[in-house]
Amino acid sequence: MTVAQAATASAEHGEIDEHHWTSTGLDTRKLAIWGFIGSECLFFASLIATYLVYRGQSLVGPLPHTESQCMLDGKMQACEGIFEIPLVTFGTAVLLFSSLFVVLALYGAQKGDRKMLITWLSATVICGLFFIGMQVYEFYHFYHKGLGYSTNLFSSTFYTLTGFHGSHVTLGVIWLSTMLVLALRGKLPPEKALNLELAALYWHFVDVVWIVIFPVVYLMR
Amino acid sequence: MATSVLERRAPAVPHTHAKTGLWSWITTVDHKRIGILYGATSFLFFLLGGLEALVIRLQLTGPNGKLVDPDTYNALFTMHGTTMIFLGVMPLSAMFFNYFIPLQIGARDVAFPRLNAFSYWVFLLGGIFINTSFLVGAPPDGGWFGYANLTSSRIIPATAAAPSPGLNIDFWVIGLQILGIASIAAALNFFVTIVNLRAPGMKMLRMPMFVWMSFVVQVLLLLAFPVITVALIYLMMDRNFGTSFFMPDGGGDPIMWQHLFWFFGHPEVYILILPAFGITSEILPVFSRKPLFGYTAMVFSGIFIGFVGFGVWSHHMFATGMGPFADTFFSLATMVIALPTGVKIFNWIGTIWGGSLRYTTAMMMAIAMVALFIIGGLSGVMHSAAPADLQQTDTYFIVAHFHYVLFGGAIFGLTAGAYYWWPKMFGRLLDETLGKIHFWLMFIGMNATFFPMHILGLNGMPRRVYSYPEGLNFEFWNLIETVGAFVLASGFLVFLVNIIKTWMGPKNAPADPWHGATLEWAIPSPPQEFNFPKLPQVGSSVPQWDARRAAGGHLPEPALVSGEGIHMPNPSFWPLMAAIGVNLTLGSLLFIRQLPYWYGLTLFGAAWLFVSVYKWAFEPAH
Amino acid sequence: MSAHATHGHDDDHGHSHPTPRTYLGVGVILFALTALEVLAYEVGHRPTWPLHALVEPMVVPILLILSAFKFVLVAGFYMHLKQDSKIFTNLFVWPIVLAVALALALVILFNYWVKETF
Ligand SMILES: [Cu+2]
Repeated sequence: MTVAQAATASAEHGEIDEHHWTSTGLDTRKLAIWGFIGSECLFFASLIATYLVYRGQSLVGPLPHTESQCMLDGKMQACEGIFEIPLVTFGTAVLLFSSLFVVLALYGAQKGDRKMLITWLSATVICGLFFIGMQVYEFYHFYHKGLGYSTNLFSSTFYTLTGFHGSHVTLGVIWLSTMLVLALRGKLPPEKALNLELAALYWHFVDVVWIVIFPVVYLMR
Repeated sequence: MATSVLERRAPAVPHTHAKTGLWSWITTVDHKRIGILYGATSFLFFLLGGLEALVIRLQLTGPNGKLVDPDTYNALFTMHGTTMIFLGVMPLSAMFFNYFIPLQIGARDVAFPRLNAFSYWVFLLGGIFINTSFLVGAPPDGGWFGYANLTSSRIIPATAAAPSPGLNIDFWVIGLQILGIASIAAALNFFVTIVNLRAPGMKMLRMPMFVWMSFVVQVLLLLAFPVITVALIYLMMDRNFGTSFFMPDGGGDPIMWQHLFWFFGHPEVYILILPAFGITSEILPVFSRKPLFGYTAMVFSGIFIGFVGFGVWSHHMFATGMGPFADTFFSLATMVIALPTGVKIFNWIGTIWGGSLRYTTAMMMAIAMVALFIIGGLSGVMHSAAPADLQQTDTYFIVAHFHYVLFGGAIFGLTAGAYYWWPKMFGRLLDETLGKIHFWLMFIGMNATFFPMHILGLNGMPRRVYSYPEGLNFEFWNLIETVGAFVLASGFLVFLVNIIKTWMGPKNAPADPWHGATLEWAIPSPPQEFNFPKLPQVGSSVPQWDARRAAGGHLPEPALVSGEGIHMPNPSFWPLMAAIGVNLTLGSLLFIRQLPYWYGLTLFGAAWLFVSVYKWAFEPAH
Repeated sequence: MSAHATHGHDDDHGHSHPTPRTYLGVGVILFALTALEVLAYEVGHRPTWPLHALVEPMVVPILLILSAFKFVLVAGFYMHLKQDSKIFTNLFVWPIVLAVALALALVILFNYWVKETF
């Protein structure tokens, strides 16, 4: 607000740069990405809320943590809890680190440190790809343990929630990869670091959603 | 003064892109042109929705109506509601957002002109998509709130005789998803525009009330639409992939749909009404020659309505048996909303109180809006009490209530806006005599149509039933309603005549025909592409009145200027291409359960969208 | 949130962006908190592990608090809300408030109020 007030005050005294004028002094695109993130909060809240409401309402197994009766290989049988906490913990750590890496890449971009930018941005993209790979493996694994998309309420809410999160990760990877290509071509100078900042904000948001999903979905029994 | 405007011709404008021809409209990113596109499109959809309403009324004129069969009737009331809400009132409001938010805040365009064009094209194609259902004989028929159980039922196999059975709801589900994308994109755009592109000196608390109410609407859109998006995704999965989100046989709960839907649905009614509130708050001061009474109270009551509006959704669900605790909570929260609404009504009356009133058509529409909204608001408070609601729910009393707020409120407000702003948009004043005829037909027709519904509803006539037997004492009032509906429709016929007559008439509108208070009246009618040659300096919430006072009561006509040195955004073809991509991707999901290879089209659409977005991102914006 | 309030103002004027060292420190804390989350989970459901009886009833609050901490750290430092305009903070915090209210309301509506009254 102080920036905005300063801009307003100076505008009231004299000439302004009409083509770059904003009433808050904030960048318009950054405002938009934050508004978008705010909107996305409600999207994920609805998915998480449904998961929570339907927790324990599944009529058949497999279940996330506990043993249950489930249909596997054409007959009902006892199945153990399906979650693989170590695997997901690893994926969670990778996603957390990618958040660190992208903020370092942004630091490099702002300081004009091309090597730092490219190194950490590459690391971010690799982490993102790794997370997607983890999730694909997890889904594949679950499917073969009898957890199809419509098997029970747990599977439907779980796959929908984590699937939409995964699609956000995928979009983020595409966005960051585009930024990486620009950086490699030398088209991400410090004055254009904002382009990366927008992608980074989105990426952090995706990470923050996972910070909620991981304990709420995987760790609460 | 009036004729001198049209004699003047614009000098050469090297840095602007306003040309004529179809291509210039397809590639336009000018908020004023997009506003006109929104207006024209949504008015056509509005007439279509009105036609559906007339068929409904004809069917119910007398007992045992034979005009349409029950299935057609279901489709008619479903598409009437869906069309009026998503394709009529919302985009009609979007027309005013587009055209007047930038003008009223002293900006040259919206924050993201190409995104703005994208919103329009997605809306247009989505509206066409959802109405295509009529052409393939599968119009949505589950009611505009698409309750699960009615809508979540599973696969109906295709036969040669009926090639697309059961696609009715799929059209609705996918159509709403497409329209939701348009709404969220537009809302983000206007939100940022209002926060960031106000002219120097225009603090938030100096914004015109229309901008303020629009601002609240954008926030509601951003926060409410994601929720219905999720609900629609679940519904699509239930219908196509055998999940049980709303299916009791798989452990799911159809009430979940109602919660998610109404968490969106109640804010949605404010999304529909607040723009009309804003327009009314613009018109009443101008034609009373008094500043708006209690500006700050008006702002905060609007914000309060929006905020509390998120905590009342379950008042639509009293009949589901939520228990006394939840019923009490949602009853009380709903009653609380009457307070800020009462503040607004009090301030409108305070505004015209003791003013020197000019009864133009716009003013009469605005006053009628206040009066009719009071009636609808009061019946709303009646069913905020859960026990009363149990008597009224699903009867014509509810239909009466929401038509008083949405027709009496929203449509009267929007029509008032049309008469008020027409000269600014087209440089021509609508005919006032025809306008008055329009007003009286609409006013009498509206009350004749909807007031008897109160009586019928309390006497037990259920809504959404295609006929009624004789002997229930429903005949008389139903006949009156049908007559009223045709009087109402004839009002809009007069409006159409007025539009055509004005269109063919001379450009007779000066820059400021009404002695307006806000910035849009400071520039020529219609405005030049860049709106303001120089960004205005704003010192109060009524800048144009300040200027008029400083000039001694008479302002000269603003001159047309060359616009040299003003950079306007380039026209772009890619918003339309991206919109087509969105429609291909989502539209192809229509057939996923019958024609799995249809996924090919989904992938094609996604690729199309991908390419369009990249072309868009890397083309020069200026 | 408290980190916000106490440190926010010192940084406001200098507009000093955090250094890579700060980012790294936050990363280490995030990693440690995640480890704690998993530890709480493991202790919570293994009766033979030490402190099981103490942790078990508190697993949910522990997880919620730890995850809230992580959330605030990422938002405050990596998303720069700590030194950026308060407008951005508002654009994030209010939707989160509404989001949490929605989730809570649904859980309560489906699990408690209805059961009590039938
Ligand atoms: Cu409501």
